[in-house]
Amino acid sequence: MLAIIVKRIGNAALVMLVVAFIAFMIFQFLGDPVQLMLNSQATQGDRDALRIRLGLDQPVIMQFFTFVVRALHGDFGVSFRNQREVMSLIAERFPATFELVMVSTVLALLIGIPLGVFAAINPKNLAARMARMVSMIGISVPAFVIGIVLILIFSVQLGWLPAFGRGEVVQFGTWSTGLLTPSGRLALIMPSISLALFQISFVMRLVTAEMLEVLRTDYIKFARARGLPDRSVHFRHALKNCMMPVVTMTGMMIGDLIAFALVTETVFQWPGMGLLFVQAVMFIDIPVMAAYLMIVSVIFITLNTIVDFVYLAVDPRLRQAGSGGGGHVR
Amino acid sequence: MSVETQTTKTPDAPRFARLRAFLDGDLAHGFFRTPSAVISALVLLVIALTAIAAPLLSPQNPYDLTQLYLDKAELPPIWLADGEAPYLLGTDVQGRDIFSAILYGSRISLMIGFASVIVSVLIGITVGLTSGYIGGRLDNFLMRVGDLVLSIPTLLVAILVSAIFRQLLPVSLRDAFTPVILTTSIAITSWVQYARIVRASTMVEARKEYVLAARILQLPSSKIMVSHILPNVMTAVLVTATLNLGLAILAEATLSFLGVGMPVTQPSLGTLIRIGNQYFFSGSWWVVLFPALQLSLIILAVNLLGDWLRDALNPKLR
Repeated sequence: MLAIIVKRIGNAALVMLVVAFIAFMIFQFLGDPVQLMLNSQATQGDRDALRIRLGLDQPVIMQFFTFVVRALHGDFGVSFRNQREVMSLIAERFPATFELVMVSTVLALLIGIPLGVFAAINPKNLAARMARMVSMIGISVPAFVIGIVLILIFSVQLGWLPAFGRGEVVQFGTWSTGLLTPSGRLALIMPSISLALFQISFVMRLVTAEMLEVLRTDYIKFARARGLPDRSVHFRHALKNCMMPVVTMTGMMIGDLIAFALVTETVFQWPGMGLLFVQAVMFIDIPVMAAYLMIVSVIFITLNTIVDFVYLAVDPRLRQAGSGGGGHVR
Repeated sequence: MSVETQTTKTPDAPRFARLRAFLDGDLAHGFFRTPSAVISALVLLVIALTAIAAPLLSPQNPYDLTQLYLDKAELPPIWLADGEAPYLLGTDVQGRDIFSAILYGSRISLMIGFASVIVSVLIGITVGLTSGYIGGRLDNFLMRVGDLVLSIPTLLVAILVSAIFRQLLPVSLRDAFTPVILTTSIAITSWVQYARIVRASTMVEARKEYVLAARILQLPSSKIMVSHILPNVMTAVLVTATLNLGLAILAEATLSFLGVGMPVTQPSLGTLIRIGNQYFFSGSWWVVLFPALQLSLIILAVNLLGDWLRDALNPKLR
């Protein structure tokens, strides 16, 4: 057990190191920072001085080492575009993205799971068929299209909801939240729905598929034969055994949502770190691009590792050393 | 769809016999009895044909700047009060006909979607066959690379790859090479799934007797992999490829929407939505809505078809 945990953490650290290397290579490939930071009148002496000050005269391996050490301290350098510490820029934007992603996750689970159960236990019901058709649409229509359509209806036509921004926010030290003000909550509605719609459909389809499989098993037949009421069979016996894949998916879903939030943030001009990244890509602001890549990867890899551990804790069959990766069980 | 292409590979005389067999078979029978599959196939067929025939059908070439008239800018669709004759779905701020732009845009979206699926299938098959047949350290290495690709969000990888390649190219070549860059960046993020499928089935197939027989005949490994094992692992690959076509089209649209995809001079559906998104507060909703509808329709139809194919080929559900 301990060996597996150590191995997983080692794996995650290795992957992170490779991601750091990719981020580092972006710096190497995309233009010379000396060129970008000095104007054309700078002399060769100025260039050399800056080169030495930035450590660019060192061998590449040493530069990479310095890069990793600095990244571990949260130092990703200074943004080319607005000349500010990248880390403070991201720290400022992170709460907005976090809030959006969390609200979307909660929406996805609260709506997706009941709909999935409903569609599985009444497969012939008209409403359940409708729900399945709508979930297909939810998976197919791109999030930005949903966002734009929502804005067209609720902001441009009806004028009920704000089309962009976060509304008023309340500051707690470095953290900001829009959940405590009416305008903040109103501003959150459309972005979180458009971000969550794909996940709602996904959770629903997953739960339906799992439930249909579980409902065919013998222990469910036995539970029915014992004369247990339907509700107890469906929710206490069947749903419980469908929750494993849902837990896994939720872990990975949060990672996906953070990445996909950048599309939603672009549509709604939501001041999160995704929007920061998209703007950085436009201006080839390399420090911001590299920092965002590394931070999102850390979150993604951490979540995946945690999901693996949850699997280990729940399914004893995986605890034998040498068994395959927990993520590929299904 | 995919099964038809398999049957047409055979020479002339037996071709019709096999087509006949296919039409009488379970798959075709199930197809014609599934309304959603028939409708999606028809919708896709119409969209693909109109996209291919775009130069014949559209009243204007949206890439040709001499055909854009600024005094025809921001006209609403033809059924509204200010609509004008050739501009069926209205025009954008540059006087570009939306209907023509959608036909040309669908062309690019479908082309990049198909191309990136084909490229990622090719990469996936090569890696999967090598990994599964040769095994050992090479297998370990290739699968680790795959794990790595999956451990970073795909959208992020695609954006970065696309942005970096664009930056590395000289400005004069950028627009011309964008479709290639997009195809590459989408393929790089999506080959792992195929590689895993092919690897797993190759490992099973490689132990079977026909492979053993081929090895005793001293056929070269490459020949055994390509002409003996590959045909037996293709079904799963084709189903996954159909399901992933929707994702590939979506990925291209997302990249173009974010501004790291197709340029304004050569707009795909995603670019059109991006352009429209900047103008709909001024009231011209048609610029954004119609391309968005077309894009959603394409992805929905592909997904429905892929879903049907997966269920039809899954013996568990029979």
